[in-house]
Amino acid sequence: MTAAQRTTVIASACLAISTLACILLLRHIDEIRPQATVDDALFVNSPKMIRRTSLGFDGMMACIYWTRTVQYFGERHFNRELTYNELAPLLEITTTLDPQLFPAYQFGASFLAPAPPNGAGEPDRAIELMKYGIQHNPNNWQLYYNLGFIYYTELKDYKKASEVFEQGVEVPGANPLLKVLAAKMAGHAGDRATARLLWSDTYETNHDSYVRQNAVEHLRAIQVDEDVTNLQSAVTRFGERTGRLPASMSELAAAEHLPRIAVDPDGRPYKLTPEGRIEVQNPDDFNFLTKGMPPGYKPPALPKFHDHTR
Amino acid sequence: MSPRMLYIAFNTFREAVRDRVLYNLIAFALLLSGAAIFVGQISIHIERLVVVNLGLTAVSLFGIVIAIFIGIGLVSKEIEKRTLYTVLSRPVRRWEFIVGKFLGLAGTLIVNTFFMAIGVFGALLYVAHKFSAPDALILVALYFIILEFLIICSLALLFSSFSSPLLSAVFAFSLFVIGSFADDLRGFAALTHGATRWLATAAAYLVPNFSALNVISAVAHQQPLRSQLILQNTLYALFYTAMVLSAAVLIFERRNLK
Repeated sequence: MTAAQRTTVIASACLAISTLACILLLRHIDEIRPQATVDDALFVNSPKMIRRTSLGFDGMMACIYWTRTVQYFGERHFNRELTYNELAPLLEITTTLDPQLFPAYQFGASFLAPAPPNGAGEPDRAIELMKYGIQHNPNNWQLYYNLGFIYYTELKDYKKASEVFEQGVEVPGANPLLKVLAAKMAGHAGDRATARLLWSDTYETNHDSYVRQNAVEHLRAIQVDEDVTNLQSAVTRFGERTGRLPASMSELAAAEHLPRIAVDPDGRPYKLTPEGRIEVQNPDDFNFLTKGMPPGYKPPALPKFHDHTR
Repeated sequence: MSPRMLYIAFNTFREAVRDRVLYNLIAFALLLSGAAIFVGQISIHIERLVVVNLGLTAVSLFGIVIAIFIGIGLVSKEIEKRTLYTVLSRPVRRWEFIVGKFLGLAGTLIVNTFFMAIGVFGALLYVAHKFSAPDALILVALYFIILEFLIICSLALLFSSFSSPLLSAVFAFSLFVIGSFADDLRGFAALTHGATRWLATAAAYLVPNFSALNVISAVAHQQPLRSQLILQNTLYALFYTAMVLSAAVLIFERRNLK
């Protein structure tokens, strides 16, 4: 072997061994290091300052900050965190850099508005974000829809929701559903039919699987609430007729002339407790329930999404 | 256009290729294909936006870096290697030398941009699966980027004609940064009074207006661009380039090369 060949062999071996050693060491170092969070990296909070430093490449910076926002929310949501302190500043930076970045408004509001752990629990900031979006994109009717949605679902401010939907109707090319929603909000805002209409439309018009799953979970919860309300009324009627509570769901079904025992959206029969309460068999399988839960029930910290969209 | 100028231009292009300038296309291709493949997994609903924004930003930044770092050495390297004396001892006028160098560098950047444009459209086809009519606006953005390169090349050449490479790089890059804030500079000038106002206004009009040539965000959102803007930006870039090249020629004509 010549000297040059010997050098080549030794250098190649060194290169391979050093590369492998670096990779293995980094894995060990990552295990013992605390995770760096976006909190540590948000040194510059000022959207205007970031805009200046982007040297005119605002669109690219906006994409980077939107990706950071998604990663920030996703990581904290996955880790069951209850605070999202940097979420609103990240969204403000993103939308200042690119006021036409529609996903930042649509998804940003759905990250900000819901209560923890589903979101940041900041519906007022979500509303500010949507209003900023509307100011810069006055011909985008979907922003009005999303804003009305926040007023309806998070703040239960049906009057405001109706006003916003009405404003959206004026936008050229707006979905005719907005007119229906405006009327529903004005008249029967609190009823399940309106809620079902909203969530059904959300499911039909969105292609994102997370949004569709969320819509399905709400529709399931609405069905359970409706079933429990109807069954509870049936128990009351039974009691008024007979002077006692029904002994079982079968007796109740027979008394009400129902074809079969009522079942929940998962096909499991509802329970009738000795105290005459109607409950679901497994409340953990349903997110966003308001009825049919046993007394003192605490829902899980992280909602469980089942894929019912297929 | 004299054949001597074209020969100098072609030689400048050949030198740039020999300097492996076009290897930056590999880095560009890797960056863009990586972004196209991975962005959908780490973000929501911005795949097309990222490809267009990242693609055009990379075309612009890579090109500006190449324009500055090659442009600053166009004259000074020839002086250092003493090849300039050989060239000028032929019947080559000093202004032909300057213009020829400019054309060579501009040509290198146009070729570079052409290949990068193929990459951008390829990545766009990958994420969007088909082209739509508004995607043609990307060509306008690329055209404006080429106009930016013409201005930057002329500036780099201007500084190279009388300054050292290091200072030329600093001046050229500084003008690029200031030119990105040209709109803000004019706004600032409007707020001042007296002599400051005159000076600020003069500076605002003298620095190159790169913000007018940057339509990347608008194109990414498929917003239409007025044909009047295209025409006026073209004329502005050509006149500005002519202005800077004229200054470079005036300085170089009088420069003592001994």
